[in-house]
Amino acid sequence: MTATTPRPTFEQSGPRLPVVESIRVDRVHPRARIAGSVRATLAIILSLISLIPVFWIVLTAFKTPTDVTAIPPKLIFEPSLTGFVSLLSDMRLLSQAEQEERSQQPDLSWVDQIALQIGRAINGPSQYARQLGNSVIIAGTSTLLSVVLGLLSAYAFSRFNIPAKGDLLFFILSTRMLPPVVVTIPIFLMYRSIGLHDTHFGLIMLYTVFNLSFSVWLLKGFIDEIPREYEEAALVDGYTRLQTFFRIVIPQARTGIAATTVFCLIFAWNEYAFALMLTTQNARTAPPSIPSILGSGGIEWNTIAAGALLFLIPVVIVTFALRQHLLRGVTFGAVRK
Amino acid sequence: MSQIALHHISKHFKDITALDDVSFTIQNGEFFVLLGPTGAGKTTTLRVIAGLERQSEGDILFDGQSMNGVPPAERDIAFVFQQYSLYPTMSVYDNLAFPLRSPMRRTPEIEIKPRVEKAAELLRIQHLLERKTARLSGGEMQRVSIGRAIVRNPRIFLMDEPLSNLDAKLRESLRVELKHIQKTQTSTTLFVTHDQIEALTMADRIGVLREGKLIQVGTPTDIYDRPATTFVAQLVGTPRINLHKAFRENGTLHVQESTVQLPAPSGSLPAEFMLGIRPEDVLIAPDGALSGEVVLVEPLGVETVIHLRAGAQTFICVVSGISHYRLGDQVRFDVIRERLHYFDSNGQRLAL
Ligand SMILES: Nc1ncnc2c1ncn2[C@@H]1O[C@H](COP(=O)(O)OP(=O)(O)OP(=O)(O)O)[C@@H](O)[C@H]1O
Ligand SMILES: [Mg+2]
Repeated sequence: MTATTPRPTFEQSGPRLPVVESIRVDRVHPRARIAGSVRATLAIILSLISLIPVFWIVLTAFKTPTDVTAIPPKLIFEPSLTGFVSLLSDMRLLSQAEQEERSQQPDLSWVDQIALQIGRAINGPSQYARQLGNSVIIAGTSTLLSVVLGLLSAYAFSRFNIPAKGDLLFFILSTRMLPPVVVTIPIFLMYRSIGLHDTHFGLIMLYTVFNLSFSVWLLKGFIDEIPREYEEAALVDGYTRLQTFFRIVIPQARTGIAATTVFCLIFAWNEYAFALMLTTQNARTAPPSIPSILGSGGIEWNTIAAGALLFLIPVVIVTFALRQHLLRGVTFGAVRK
Repeated sequence: MSQIALHHISKHFKDITALDDVSFTIQNGEFFVLLGPTGAGKTTTLRVIAGLERQSEGDILFDGQSMNGVPPAERDIAFVFQQYSLYPTMSVYDNLAFPLRSPMRRTPEIEIKPRVEKAAELLRIQHLLERKTARLSGGEMQRVSIGRAIVRNPRIFLMDEPLSNLDAKLRESLRVELKHIQKTQTSTTLFVTHDQIEALTMADRIGVLREGKLIQVGTPTDIYDRPATTFVAQLVGTPRINLHKAFRENGTLHVQESTVQLPAPSGSLPAEFMLGIRPEDVLIAPDGALSGEVVLVEPLGVETVIHLRAGAQTFICVVSGISHYRLGDQVRFDVIRERLHYFDSNGQRLAL
């Protein structure tokens, strides 16, 4: 029996099952190609949908108060910095006479002119810039602390024989099981009596403690994934435990560190309830301040949007800077095991 | 280079005994091979010597000096790990230079360069020096990790199956290369493998490990010609030794369920025992005293393995070159009587 199998023609010689994702196969099955583009289209649509609020914030921030409330909503308008100026300055309303008098003055700065357009004069800078600064200091420091401390203890939990390791890890995680709001009042009372109320240190410590459980668990997942052989090789090669940690472990944990940093930063940056309760002036951060921008006359939506926009920018910058580590970090590590 | 001694080393992991009272000494400049099947405790032995694992009992001595409790960095050891352990964030060059740059040694960069280049040349990886290690093939990685050991001049090289992930050809050439490097540098080496050919070809001495116990230590000739147990006899040599139950009756040895009968040797033998015959000691000869039927022929080129059935038992023999024997042929054969191996019912060698 010599049944000659037909030689596969060039068209037939590609992969028989659809290759859904591949970097090496040069011939991708048409069905897979269609599936791929459908998926890409869906992903783009979804991300556009989730970007709409952000897009609207940006638009609103650059509108004048009249444009904001215009019906139907304006998509095309003359951009104005009114929102930002009223956000960053403290203003008073001018009477009709005062407005006319001021409009005669030749040496008005551009900020004053913008204020005049909405019938106001600038008294001085507002609190918002300072509050944003507080946010940067508090969220930045607490993130740094959470990640550094988290990294050290995650390494210890991952590599050393610690008595009652499982119990300790559970205890660390259990601090997250309590809804934070439940403890706001006791913490408020405690902070007031030990003088931590309205201090940077108070909030930094609180955020660090909250983030630490999360960062220990997340980073432990990443460090567990790094084979011990690398460290053992370095130990044999003549390095101490600490040197090995810096030269071998940290470079390989970069992804995890980046992901943890972003998560901790977002929590500390967005935290509202504690910031509202535990600060008044000195250490007040941006989140509880934004609602108080509401304005004296009607609701100044453009000012609020400007505040929200400025508030978004730092996190976006950090996330963007770490994005190449992040993509792997969010999809791997944390979820496995 | 140093002399390394293990004195009554035991290692327990909870209720697992990985090493059980292991003692041996590696002489200065010796190539010592630890041979054993998987799970025998080979890696554990290396890790205990390197100080990565603390022995439960016993002492490790380097040149007579106790190493118990000395951290790995201070033992001055080069370790080639079983799994690749190249630092993935560094280039090949940096990987090779890493041990030299350690705070223990602090070699100046101008000294590092020639040493790295020499090691790279020996292992034929010069062209890879600038590459990131994640982009290397398995064989290349393995050579780099060997390279990371030989850039140094440590007291001992510990190599954990360094050739196991290579294809046959590369393995063979690297085997020769390693042996050559070891002999020219007269470095003390402890080489771990489960491959008996590697052990026989490379070792000055072999230690056979089984389930945490050291069964026999000796030169390759010792191990091959005078295996201490049936386990060792079966572990070394391809094709495998013919091992059959046998009994003694009226001055004649009978292989059980077989037509094979031999005159009993002069020494004292128990009534029942195990008889071992190496395949090369079974000779097909027209005037042989024994007879059998060819049941399988495996031509390997250099030699041909022939399976002979005599009674219910099969005996394996090798003839050189391609043989003309066919299945079903009736042949006569002999065994070299001076080279028979006798073991008692527990598998221990019987000295005659
Ligand atoms: N860290 C550990 N914890 C528990 N048991 C271990 C540990 N390390 C090794 N063992 C056990 O000790 C025994 C010997 O292991 P070892 O790794 O030394 O074997 P090996 O001879 O190197 O085997 P292979 O050829 O597969 O590498 C095995 O039974 C193994 O399961
Ligand atoms: Mg092993």
